[in-house]
Amino acid sequence: MKKEPFKEKDDRLRRTRLYIPGNHPAMIQNAEIYGADSLIFDLEDSIPLTEKDTARILVRNAIQALNFGRSEVTVRINGINTPFLEKDLEAIVPTKPDGLLLPKAETEEDILFLHERITELEKKHGLPVGKIRIMPIIETALGVVNVEKIVAAPRIAAVGIGGEDLTADIGAIRTPDGRELEYISSKIIVACAAYHIQAIDTVFADINDQEGLFQATKRAISRGFQGKSVIHPSQIEVVHRAFMPSEEEIEKAKRIVKAYRESLKKGLGAVSVDGRMIDLPIVMRAERILKRAKAGKK
Amino acid sequence: MVKFVRTAQAGSLESCDILVTITKGKEQSGVKINLESSAKKQFGDRIIAEIMEVVKKFGVTDIVISAVDKGALTYCIQARTEAAIKRAFGVDEK
Repeated sequence: MKKEPFKEKDDRLRRTRLYIPGNHPAMIQNAEIYGADSLIFDLEDSIPLTEKDTARILVRNAIQALNFGRSEVTVRINGINTPFLEKDLEAIVPTKPDGLLLPKAETEEDILFLHERITELEKKHGLPVGKIRIMPIIETALGVVNVEKIVAAPRIAAVGIGGEDLTADIGAIRTPDGRELEYISSKIIVACAAYHIQAIDTVFADINDQEGLFQATKRAISRGFQGKSVIHPSQIEVVHRAFMPSEEEIEKAKRIVKAYRESLKKGLGAVSVDGRMIDLPIVMRAERILKRAKAGKK
Repeated sequence: MVKFVRTAQAGSLESCDILVTITKGKEQSGVKINLESSAKKQFGDRIIAEIMEVVKKFGVTDIVISAVDKGALTYCIQARTEAAIKRAFGVDEK
């Protein structure tokens, strides 16, 4: 496949993305020990309008000064139509985060605007151009309608769903099993899969219901989500456990990957495992299972 | 040179944070820092030096800084000082 600029494949494991309020030093500086695959320092909904300036400076300094270990470092900036976006970008882009989450992403133009602005700031600060990924969050009906174009835009690595806002926007009622989001989730998952981008499931709001979270994550995985956003450190282990493949899945994935590698060596076009033909998407899924198994054992 | 606009505060009294308040000082009084911290004996000089580093960066003077420290690390001390200065001098707000 031809490598397009700003569209490098990104296979990073993102089983959990932990939201951390950007104005909370105790949580920020302990973020590494929670073990989430990704950290989201939030400048948007968790920050009151009167504290946008202080959170922005605190998150900027934290990313510059602290070590977050193996966790991916991302920041949820304020939305395109807010007076805070430009200052968020000016403060955060120079710190070279792994990604920026764009809330309420609705159109391809939103992403292109952000992409151009990030590119300008990367050049201005002498940073490598294109390393900072964009991670839109779909939270409105318009965003759902346009998701195929959004995922095809530059820099996109993962797309999240804002379940609460979406449910309100379409006039539905939130249910414990999230059935009102089934169509929307499927549409986003398919769009992401078409461009090898990760779809990340919405948060599970009840932090005391660990069994409910486990089951919701299992459902999300079976539908094709590759990660789940979490709002409390106690949710991380539960989600990682849900993402841990069974021994049977691991063994099968090993057989598939081994058979595929051998077929490549021998120059064979097709290969079968357990009597079933396998092709590239099946191999890629097997590799993903092995990656999750390896991470789950750490 | 930026001009003092209003008394301003940034930070909180929560653990790992620091509450920085900036008020207008007398003319030619320079920068006065009043620090309150349970770790003042051990880290007081360092905290004051970290605050002063930010004050010098912005070139502001004739102010009184009251800092109530709750165990903040350098990145936080300097972020709260910067935010309070920007608010007090009306720089780059919100």
